[in-house]
Amino acid sequence: MSDQLSQPAKGAPERTASDMSPTTRQVTAGLARRYAAEKRFRLYGMFAIAASLAFLALLLISIVSKGLPAFTQTYMQLDVPLELETLGIDQQTVDGLLDGSISTQAIRRANFNGAIRQGMRERFPEVEGRSATRALYKLVSSGAEFDLAARVMDDPSVLGNRLTLWLPSDDEIGALVKQRADLSAPDTLVTRLDDQAIAWGAELKDAGDFDVRFNTTFFKNGDSREPELAGIRAALVGSAYTLLITFVLSFPIAVAAAIYLEEFAPKNRWTDLVEVNINNLAAVPSIVFGLLGLAVFINFFHLPRSAPVVGGIVLSLMTLPTIIISSRAALKSVPPSIREAARGLGASDLQVVFHHVLPLAMPGILTGTIIGLAQALGETAPLLMIGMVAFIVDIPQGVTDSATVLPVQVYLWADSPERAFTEKTSAAIMVLLAFLIAMNALAVMLRKRFERRW
Amino acid sequence: MIHSMSTTTISDILTPPVHPTGLNGEEQMDTAFDDIKGTVGTQTVDDPKMSAHGVDVFYGDKQAIFDVSLDIGNNEVIAMIGPSGCGKSTFLRCLNRMNDTIPTCRVSGSMSLDGQDLYDPSLDPVLLRARVGMVFQKPNPFAKSIYDNVAYGPRIHGLAGNRAELDDIVTESLKRAGLFDEVKDRLDSPGTGLSGGQQQRLCIARTIAVSPEVILMDEPCSALDPIATARIEELIDELRQNYAIAIVTHSMQQAARVSQRTAYFHLGKLVEVDDTNSVFTNPQHELTENYITGRFG
Repeated sequence: MSDQLSQPAKGAPERTASDMSPTTRQVTAGLARRYAAEKRFRLYGMFAIAASLAFLALLLISIVSKGLPAFTQTYMQLDVPLELETLGIDQQTVDGLLDGSISTQAIRRANFNGAIRQGMRERFPEVEGRSATRALYKLVSSGAEFDLAARVMDDPSVLGNRLTLWLPSDDEIGALVKQRADLSAPDTLVTRLDDQAIAWGAELKDAGDFDVRFNTTFFKNGDSREPELAGIRAALVGSAYTLLITFVLSFPIAVAAAIYLEEFAPKNRWTDLVEVNINNLAAVPSIVFGLLGLAVFINFFHLPRSAPVVGGIVLSLMTLPTIIISSRAALKSVPPSIREAARGLGASDLQVVFHHVLPLAMPGILTGTIIGLAQALGETAPLLMIGMVAFIVDIPQGVTDSATVLPVQVYLWADSPERAFTEKTSAAIMVLLAFLIAMNALAVMLRKRFERRW
Repeated sequence: MIHSMSTTTISDILTPPVHPTGLNGEEQMDTAFDDIKGTVGTQTVDDPKMSAHGVDVFYGDKQAIFDVSLDIGNNEVIAMIGPSGCGKSTFLRCLNRMNDTIPTCRVSGSMSLDGQDLYDPSLDPVLLRARVGMVFQKPNPFAKSIYDNVAYGPRIHGLAGNRAELDDIVTESLKRAGLFDEVKDRLDSPGTGLSGGQQQRLCIARTIAVSPEVILMDEPCSALDPIATARIEELIDELRQNYAIAIVTHSMQQAARVSQRTAYFHLGKLVEVDDTNSVFTNPQHELTENYITGRFG
């Protein structure tokens, strides 16, 4: 458009400066400069877009490339002898299990680990000596016994027989297998394993006893000291509970506050004061809210420590001003003609607000809410103050159970020394981003439903 | 009927840059302002529907209306004309207490509907607005379906006992607003999707669905083209059979066409009010004559 305008019309008679009016002369002289300025500005804009896209791509590529291995897990095939003697189960118990008179819970604490170790010893009969066998046992994850226990409790008839099954391998050897590293050349590998362990790994690999599968453990388990057993579930559920509390508390309170301030409150010094304070509250550093939560909700009201309910309350305090401010802006942007129309028909003030103003302001209110909740989802500092930084293995079953949240989990894993936690950290960030995108998608859907023309 | 557009433009040009409240600079601006001692013409009618007596309106410290007394009769259309900022819209909005929402607005004097004081604390403004409906300058349908737009008033007031009755009210109102034939196949489509003229008729249908006794119209045709304006004017003429109508307009032709009586406001004062014919053919006050002949000031 501007390019066309900047070209002189074709076929127009040449005009000399002398037969132009002063205005025409002045405008013509300045035209080129104006279009150049516009072109420059467009270039700046495109550069800005390109730069931000590049940074975003850099971030995503780095996270995804680091985090992807965490979604797979190396499994190792092992033939496990389930001898009653090793397991510490007597024949009477087995009979009871088989005819159903004894609950399978009775063998929950049997020595399945011993059975796995026996299996490992049989797989590598040449290994001797205390330290060598201990190194050998370390190839299998310490969580493998739970998998075995689950299998046996599922079908007690295998007791006394042999069972061939895939067990999770330890994180160090697992990482090498996932990377398709050349186990025959131990010197080239970056690992904490010694050459002997790598040789065993190579033997297993050559026998086809390693398999890389999708890591369901990551989505089923809570945190663990062992990377191959650590999962995101506890943090994910903790985040969901915390956000639920935050939403349930902050959305109705904030919308009610915004409606009252915008539609009903008299405009005087007190409401001005309230408004200034709400705006200031939005700028308070989040850790201050954490201190407040610790002092008031935990120490004074004795709410449970590390619990989503306290986290949710603290994050609500933080989110409230954001939602109030954006809701007020949304309410303010509803055309006054709609209010007048409803009032002119004899609608009461409350009916005007709830039948007409609020539905039209809803998209804006939802946008503000989602911004506030996204902030709350990514918040770490205040939650550290109220103890949600704890090492949580169990999936929280309710809002009063101890829990942690995704960003805190990222922080905890980033701090862990095991190499395999690096990929877990990136994977946790990916889960956090996915959670955020899912939340935003929901908000966009809700917006679409509420959005109406006027 | 077609030249209403051009008259709007002319009156806009003619409109002097008066201060909205008529207080600041009134001396140098308009010497004639001091000449407005009282109202010329007949302010009262027999058996008035609404009646205003000695009404003063203030916005904060500024006085917008000075001592206006005016009756609105049954089954008549009274047009209120005058330059911008002369207080005609303010006066109209006082008649159903729409100015209540402006915190600084103060009304003194007496206004009544069927002899009942409008500003009596015992009178509920919600009830008043159900009896005195209003149509605004800009068509402002709700962001709802055509049906729901018309049904909204009857719904909140509980005027319909069941769905069938509500259907009847909606159909009847749309018919009387002359819109039914155009929208009967798409009552569920949004009211905001209609053209400007249709939207304004929808707003009128919405107003008459509540069965008010008086309809106030604040420049209902200023956003419409001449053809839509003509339809609205025909509609106003039909509605007169059942309602008292007060209409504020910038178009003198429109005032002459639709009204039985005309009131000329100037700087917050009611200068002249009389039968439309005599106001336009034989204006008594100099200001009125200057305004309607387009020779202002």
